[in-house]
Amino acid sequence: MVTSLSRRSQLNTEVGRLERMLEIRAVEESIQTLYNDGHVRGSTHLANGQEAVSVGIASVLRPTDVVTCTYRGHAAALALGVTPEGVLGEICGRVIGCSGGIGGSMHLMDASVGLMPTFAIVGAGLPVAAGVALAAKLKNNDSVALTIFGDGSTNIGAFHETLNMASIFKLPVIFVIENNLYGEYTRINLSTPISDLADRADSYAMRKEIVDGQDVDAVINAIASAVDFARAGNGPSLIEAKTYRYSGHSRSDPATYRTPGELDEWKKRDPLDIAANKLISKGTLSEIELEKMKSDIADRVSEAIKTVLASDGPELSTLMQHVSAKG
Amino acid sequence: MTVMRTRQAVIQALSDEMESDPTVFLMGEDIGSGGPFKATEGLIEKFGDTRVIDTPISEMAFLGAGVGAAAMGMRPVVEMMFVEFIGVALDQLTTQGAFFRYLSRGAYEVPLTIRAAAGAGMGFGCQHSQILDQWFRGNAGISLVIPSTPQSMYGLLRSAIRSNDPVVILEHKGLYGERGDVITGEAGIIPIGQARTVTEGSDVTIVAIGSTVLTAKDALESQSEWSAEIIDLQTLIPWDKSAVMKSVAKTGRLVVIEESSYSGGWGAEICSEVVSKLWGQLKTPPHRITSPDAPIPYAQELEKRYLPSSEYVVSQISELLKTGKCPAAWWEGAK
Repeated sequence: MVTSLSRRSQLNTEVGRLERMLEIRAVEESIQTLYNDGHVRGSTHLANGQEAVSVGIASVLRPTDVVTCTYRGHAAALALGVTPEGVLGEICGRVIGCSGGIGGSMHLMDASVGLMPTFAIVGAGLPVAAGVALAAKLKNNDSVALTIFGDGSTNIGAFHETLNMASIFKLPVIFVIENNLYGEYTRINLSTPISDLADRADSYAMRKEIVDGQDVDAVINAIASAVDFARAGNGPSLIEAKTYRYSGHSRSDPATYRTPGELDEWKKRDPLDIAANKLISKGTLSEIELEKMKSDIADRVSEAIKTVLASDGPELSTLMQHVSAKG
Repeated sequence: MTVMRTRQAVIQALSDEMESDPTVFLMGEDIGSGGPFKATEGLIEKFGDTRVIDTPISEMAFLGAGVGAAAMGMRPVVEMMFVEFIGVALDQLTTQGAFFRYLSRGAYEVPLTIRAAAGAGMGFGCQHSQILDQWFRGNAGISLVIPSTPQSMYGLLRSAIRSNDPVVILEHKGLYGERGDVITGEAGIIPIGQARTVTEGSDVTIVAIGSTVLTAKDALESQSEWSAEIIDLQTLIPWDKSAVMKSVAKTGRLVVIEESSYSGGWGAEICSEVVSKLWGQLKTPPHRITSPDAPIPYAQELEKRYLPSSEYVVSQISELLKTGKCPAAWWEGAK
């Protein structure tokens, strides 16, 4: 049986990591159709273009480590192991969704692989991750916490308060900025006076690294160094992954504010192509095998959508469940 | 049974829970040195700086860290010093911690206690004197307790720490110095959600919490025209409906005394519930005695007037009993 945990172990190979990135792309690209067909409510925030960051992170962490992530969390959830049925089921509000249909696109979770319910308030996941790390430190185990957030979060108070506190407490937490150049609808240069956000670590005497977020191997190396550093008791790191969001901020955003040609330039460095070309040039994978892989994934995602659409919504009784310990 | 001040009851409760459960730890500003109210005094010496953690002045960071640590099976007790300081961190409690259980379908619990000094009467001005219970009411997933005696401070704080959900405990600054008998140990623990009958009486039920329990007692003792059943709610969320209904069914009259301002006050919910459930059994309309809709003034005479005093409570209740109608509040002038 496929579980989130078994899917996590598939990231142990280069081929497995490429497959997962392709799967994330296929899932993200299926959502507009699901919306058009009336299966998706509210908003969605896609991460196509940023697949290498999520998969790189998930390839390094142990399932016992804990991740807090923003509402742009489909990619992180899939990377950490949640099934396409779990993610798409949640986005469609079905009982087979990873949060039972109670959370929606912005609130994906799976405790078996360390994914806390994703956070729909900018910056909110950072203090919680620091607390997870504090608990690991107090319990004297070597788990780490990792928090994924966008460039927009680096201007919110929670970011600065948490980096400062994590640094003085030497907490085993890794702060990962997915710098996709836009905070909601606003380009970074209009909201932020520096271009390398990792430099904000300097104010907090924190270890920092800038990494090419389009290259999953580079992400793995950067995350692995930070995780080793944290597990050894040396404290937090701030990692800035330079990446790009192919879609607008949310479904209602056509992203007309982009510089003409910018999207095409970034697509020349597509994380899926970079990973696939490496494997092809090494001889690990043939073009034919890659095409087969893509079509298999398309089939699997189509199957997942069928399963999701055949699934019921949550029962009325679940509305009042888990409100508090008593019910 | 030991006589102690309310602030000592805080220390005793924290110490007892820390001794009985190694996952309990304290976090907050200046708690190692005891803080402005000396309510954590001596604990760092006893438990060390890994269990009594002084934080930077970063309420969002350390309240949120409390949420995260709690979700990992620890039992953090986070001190906010003054309740207003929660304002800069409210998201972490009301939007994050309160909903973790719900969003995770029970996979993550948040056994977090938030202690905060609250309340007027000490001359701290409008930004350090509020109760602010309204910030937590109507927010699913949170409990709110407000002790009124050293015993209830001890018993409710221990329950709060043992709760598997976030509990806010508002510690009235004016009560820290009050003395009283305290039963410590398991026998002294008071369940969340349970009211206490302070006095038995037949003319009117007075529902109070925190400082207004003392106001109600003073009012009752200062006159001999009427008797009152004083109910100390102890917990505001969830409040003890059955205790209130039982008493009002007996007396036929309800008066609520709130320290907070009139509009949006918790007493409105109590009155509404009583009217809904006991319509036809009420001898007079339910009446609320509150502070006015204004920020809390600093000057002593004004602050004293701002709060419902025992004299004011006596005059209000006496008029209610005499006329059968709700008297106007003092700030409304003659009607």
